[in-house]
Amino acid sequence: MRRSMLFLPGNNPNMLINGNCLGSDAVIFDLEDAVSPAEKDAARILVRNTIRYMDFRGCEIIVRINSIDTDFWKEDVRAILPHKPGLIMLPKTGTAQDVLTADAFISQVEQELGMEKNTVGLMPLIETALGVENAFAIASASSRVRAIFLGAEDLTADLRCKRTKESREIEYARTRLVVAARAAGVDVYDTPFTDVNDDEGIAKDAATAKALGFTGKASISPRHVEVINRVFSPTRKEVDYAYEVMEAIALAKQQGKGAISLYGKMIDAPIVARAQQTIEMAQALGMDKGEM
Amino acid sequence: MEIKKLASAGTMESSDAYVEIEPGTDGVEIQLDSVVMAQFGEDILTVVRQVLGDLGVEKAKVRVVDRGALDCVIRARVETAVLRGKGEA
Repeated sequence: MRRSMLFLPGNNPNMLINGNCLGSDAVIFDLEDAVSPAEKDAARILVRNTIRYMDFRGCEIIVRINSIDTDFWKEDVRAILPHKPGLIMLPKTGTAQDVLTADAFISQVEQELGMEKNTVGLMPLIETALGVENAFAIASASSRVRAIFLGAEDLTADLRCKRTKESREIEYARTRLVVAARAAGVDVYDTPFTDVNDDEGIAKDAATAKALGFTGKASISPRHVEVINRVFSPTRKEVDYAYEVMEAIALAKQQGKGAISLYGKMIDAPIVARAQQTIEMAQALGMDKGEM
Repeated sequence: MEIKKLASAGTMESSDAYVEIEPGTDGVEIQLDSVVMAQFGEDILTVVRQVLGDLGVEKAKVRVVDRGALDCVIRARVETAVLRGKGEA
């Protein structure tokens, strides 16, 4: 379960070692934009040691490596892979070939390490116009791809438009990525909201992402984690309704009925599928039936 | 592993350590300054010696300024300084 993902700069020990206390479902140790070229070596070793020695139980570790057009990414993979991060985030993914290039090298290193192929998943970061247009090809390029991720800051620079709080400029990219990810059967994560002092803004932005179909949302500030978790968690009412749907459908089967209505609304396959997703999420969050 | 030049890694920020290394002539000399010297000074020195030993550093002068860093951070900063000092990083 990844409702929230918190970016942490890869060369900042104070933030890295406290990453599992900040409430997010996942942390993204950043070796890319948050680290200057002169400190890439130091950050790589620090992140590697943090994963190796620290216990992040209950908080998944994702590592954003450097993009495949740099001299750093292969060393990043070699350092990080033995410690099996939850995912590797691949920045500036523009084409399916980018995924295949990364996949081939990761497969090679997995083999050298005696690891099973596809042990570590990839999460391409789509942050260019080309990447948006190739979103489905990227999401379905390899079975190693577990999710795709929208990066709006670089994208809007590439689109030559202003990044605004209203986010109208990324509406197309958001919906395009959600559709591409769902068509490919992978998860999809939304770009961070960058004003750390705007509590109302983050709540609204997260709600928009949730309404569009995103699996979760990233954050650059611990302050945003709680609201993101809340927005991407089912409410008590939703969980109760999901259980009622499952009970109604079980009863219909028992009575040999093909369809059944609940509160005057026909219960059909998509409603049952959504109810199942809600219950799975509720169970993952420890929200048992009827407790809340 | 031979240290060929003066190199450093890390910062003076809280939870970090600043490590400086330079070529030595007679074994490994470590100078440690730590905010937790009384409680953990010996443990930190053990960690520094262990990393230097693992990397095969036999002659070096090392200065460590610890700002309350965990073992994994000290290890990372010493390793980075060594690799930079031998001209690899």
